[in-house]
Amino acid sequence: MADEITLEVARFRPGEDTEPVLQSYQVPLREQWAVLDGLSYIKDHLDGTLSFRWSCRMGICGSCGMTVNGDPQLSCATFLTDYAPGPIRIEPLHNFPVIRDLVVDIGDFMDKLPTVKPWLVRDVHSPLEEGEYLQTPEELEDYQQYSMCINCMLCYSACPVYALDQDFVGPAAIALAQRYNLDSRDEGADERLAVLSSPEGIWSCTFVGECSAACPKGVDPAGAIQRYKLTAATQAIKGLLMPRSRR
Amino acid sequence: MTTFHDVVVIGGGGAGLRAAIAVAETNPALRVAVVSKVYPMRSHTVSAEGGAAAVAADDDSLDEHAYDTVSGSDWLCDQDAVEAFVAEAPRELLRLEHWGCPWSRQPDGRIAVRAFGGMKKKRTWFAADRTGFHLLHTLFQTALSYSDIVRYDEWYVTKILVDDGRAYGVVAIELATGRIETITASTVIVCTGGCGRVYPFTTNANIKTGDGMALAYRAGAALKDMEFVQYHPTGLPFTGILITEATRAEGGWLLNKDGYRYLQDYDLGTPSPTPVLRSMELGPRDRLSQAFVHEVEKGRTTDTPYGPVVHLDLRHLGAKLIDAKLPFVRELCTNYQNIDPVKELVPVRPVVHYMMGGIHTDIRGATSLEGLYAAGEVACVSINGANRLGSNSLPECLVFGTRAGRAAAVFAGRYRTAVPEAVLAQGRDEERRLSGELARRAEGHERIADIRTEMQTTMENGAGIYRDGDSLAKAEHELAELRLRYQHAAIDDHSTNFNTELIAWLELGFMLDVAESIIACALRREESRGAHQRTDFPARDDDRFLAHSLVRRQPDGTGRVTYLPVTITRWPPGERVYGR
Amino acid sequence: MTVYERPVHLLWWLERRSYLLFVLRELSSVFVAWTVVYLLLLVNAVSDGPASYQRFLDRSGEWWMVAINVIAMLFLLLHVVTWFGLAPRAMVVKARGRRVPPRQIVAAHYFAWLVLSAIVAWLVLR
Repeated sequence: MADEITLEVARFRPGEDTEPVLQSYQVPLREQWAVLDGLSYIKDHLDGTLSFRWSCRMGICGSCGMTVNGDPQLSCATFLTDYAPGPIRIEPLHNFPVIRDLVVDIGDFMDKLPTVKPWLVRDVHSPLEEGEYLQTPEELEDYQQYSMCINCMLCYSACPVYALDQDFVGPAAIALAQRYNLDSRDEGADERLAVLSSPEGIWSCTFVGECSAACPKGVDPAGAIQRYKLTAATQAIKGLLMPRSRR
Repeated sequence: MTTFHDVVVIGGGGAGLRAAIAVAETNPALRVAVVSKVYPMRSHTVSAEGGAAAVAADDDSLDEHAYDTVSGSDWLCDQDAVEAFVAEAPRELLRLEHWGCPWSRQPDGRIAVRAFGGMKKKRTWFAADRTGFHLLHTLFQTALSYSDIVRYDEWYVTKILVDDGRAYGVVAIELATGRIETITASTVIVCTGGCGRVYPFTTNANIKTGDGMALAYRAGAALKDMEFVQYHPTGLPFTGILITEATRAEGGWLLNKDGYRYLQDYDLGTPSPTPVLRSMELGPRDRLSQAFVHEVEKGRTTDTPYGPVVHLDLRHLGAKLIDAKLPFVRELCTNYQNIDPVKELVPVRPVVHYMMGGIHTDIRGATSLEGLYAAGEVACVSINGANRLGSNSLPECLVFGTRAGRAAAVFAGRYRTAVPEAVLAQGRDEERRLSGELARRAEGHERIADIRTEMQTTMENGAGIYRDGDSLAKAEHELAELRLRYQHAAIDDHSTNFNTELIAWLELGFMLDVAESIIACALRREESRGAHQRTDFPARDDDRFLAHSLVRRQPDGTGRVTYLPVTITRWPPGERVYGR
Repeated sequence: MTVYERPVHLLWWLERRSYLLFVLRELSSVFVAWTVVYLLLLVNAVSDGPASYQRFLDRSGEWWMVAINVIAMLFLLLHVVTWFGLAPRAMVVKARGRRVPPRQIVAAHYFAWLVLSAIVAWLVLR
């Protein structure tokens, strides 16, 4: 094994660059090093001006999403040796405005998230004195997969629909809405219907499936969206056939 | 620029979000803001794995949870705080359930609990082994439903504004634009978490640089019990990734290189095939980490490129149990260590995990500075004393986050005075200082990373699992030198947009303050208690040191240490007994 | 604050195999529509009497019509296969409290397809 590998890192300095330019750095190629370790090496020893986000480096905080050799990845969970002998091209996540180097603006997602009401909605909240809302392990399993989203934005980066139409609510937000819709304790499905079944909601999704392929946590947002399409379609038909009965 | 809020919360993790919601619920008329250097769901609460302790089972009692906590703390906690904590923890965890937290369940639909280190009963609520992740996301998503909570995401606080002994807000930089703003407030709540990054090998995320501790310290508040740094016995070598105590609670064994369950040699009980509470692998973290050091000295550990390790054996638990209750551990071992714990031994070694000490607060979360509150790992109430029990920290964030939020809301409602001109002037000074640094630092010649690495090595060598007068004095001296070099640190990045080098420099300054306060407290505590083990004073000394260390910053920048008696209500100091 | 927004390339769908497959699947709906139109033309021809039906058959036998229909069939197959592949992700079926494994749902779809085809074949060929 060679003892070094080349990282070609996209640099974008607002005010100086009109578009990102690739800059090459040589970093040690070590057994356990993630791409993130390579970037930290650059930052610490070669070039302090490189900007990127990272925090937990154990694949749970969702900060360090980047495009590695064309694929959206968590850079803390992507290893240098898997790309040897290199070079490895590291770019910011696609489909988001680039603020600086590898840092993208995820404000759009942060604005959309509350619109799908990703919190437990109850008609009446029971007093705490009455204890927990009962939920069997099977009921927990119904939504558990969709509760694993770490908001890392890899799915938005992989989604060509989002690339073409920035109004699309998007995979993670819809999966989180489904996480609550499918929670036996939740009563907010009606409130989420309007946003989810709007043209910018589930019907924008054409089931490319890349979001689920990119998801590092196995959430399967594409599946969540298709499931909701079935629900929404069933409801629409029921509404046509039995206009008076509400659900 | 200047804006005003009634309550400013620094930090958007478990404690910060809980505090913000508590403010909004206590007094909806108050304008509350959360200022965080990362998006709230990135906060380090997300990494907590094993669970959250609160009495739930019929055979358990608040007194037993309190006693476990008190004895686990080596009697250095305040027992009134512990009693309040254990009494309120169940309600807080239940509230999280009502907000949607996906707690693991029993077949009948009720909350499930698991065993944990140092706990005599099963009382640790869990969401598989991603408890912190689910807890944080539930809080974050619930906070989204409070549209009145204003968020400053990716804003870095550089200073707490103080006038006449009272906090009046903060100065912060917006990372994306470099905009510097004075955010004034009637009260400030610090919830920035711990400071594991002052050590080289830690489970802590990159963001845990002790900012809040240093901010409060510089503002004039006292720090408490800073010498008590928790080493978690089981971290993955190289990455330092935490392998939760729940692995041992579910039945995992710790083996030395001979395949021997070595904890039996350290007064932690006798091995049994199934886990026994408060015994062996379910002993407290301080004792387990200390046992590791002795195993190294006896040559009974395995050497790796990343230091000596022992092994965690989960193979006998089987794939089914591991996938149901420890799926994240399996994922982490597979991704980061290339090991499948179902079939292979997991190499582990002690790793800096948690700061028992922090900003001195009373039982309501109030610090020694008027209008300044603190909660979570950044604070020291203290319920953790000399050693925190696993799964007490998440409920601590909730219980004391709520308490601080409520107290701050009451204070802010009562004292809505105009912000003094002196405070605004301070804000302008800080804005000028920060803008000046970018230009001034261009002249520097020391690399930030070099100073940081040397500081971390100094801390590990000087104030590790075992320390003594000489190692601490040496560390004190080295930190002083690093402090001088810090003045000559270079910032090559002159951009105002997302300048992470400027932030790294500011963080390093905070970490040096924290490191110095750790050494100052450790040097003066001439006894061994919990996580503070002095080889030159190997015994606990209740006559001299059944007291909290308080360190205050002096005008010359050094820390002055005084002592505050421990509050004892019902459990007089005794021997810590595990496994017998 | 100036930001950089990466333009969407005109041929973005050639960047990845999955994108290409997705565009082809989207395109398949055109051929689904064509098949429906073709069927309606057939029904119309039959209802107009034997001469009209013969003209329809003659036209259908021309090389270009055969080519169109072969292509249409390929796209229809793609449409069906991907549609069936998606089924278990859109449908969560529970039997006796347990989730039916995805493979069984896919298998059920293919089985239903086979049965329907058999019925149609029986109707046409008897």
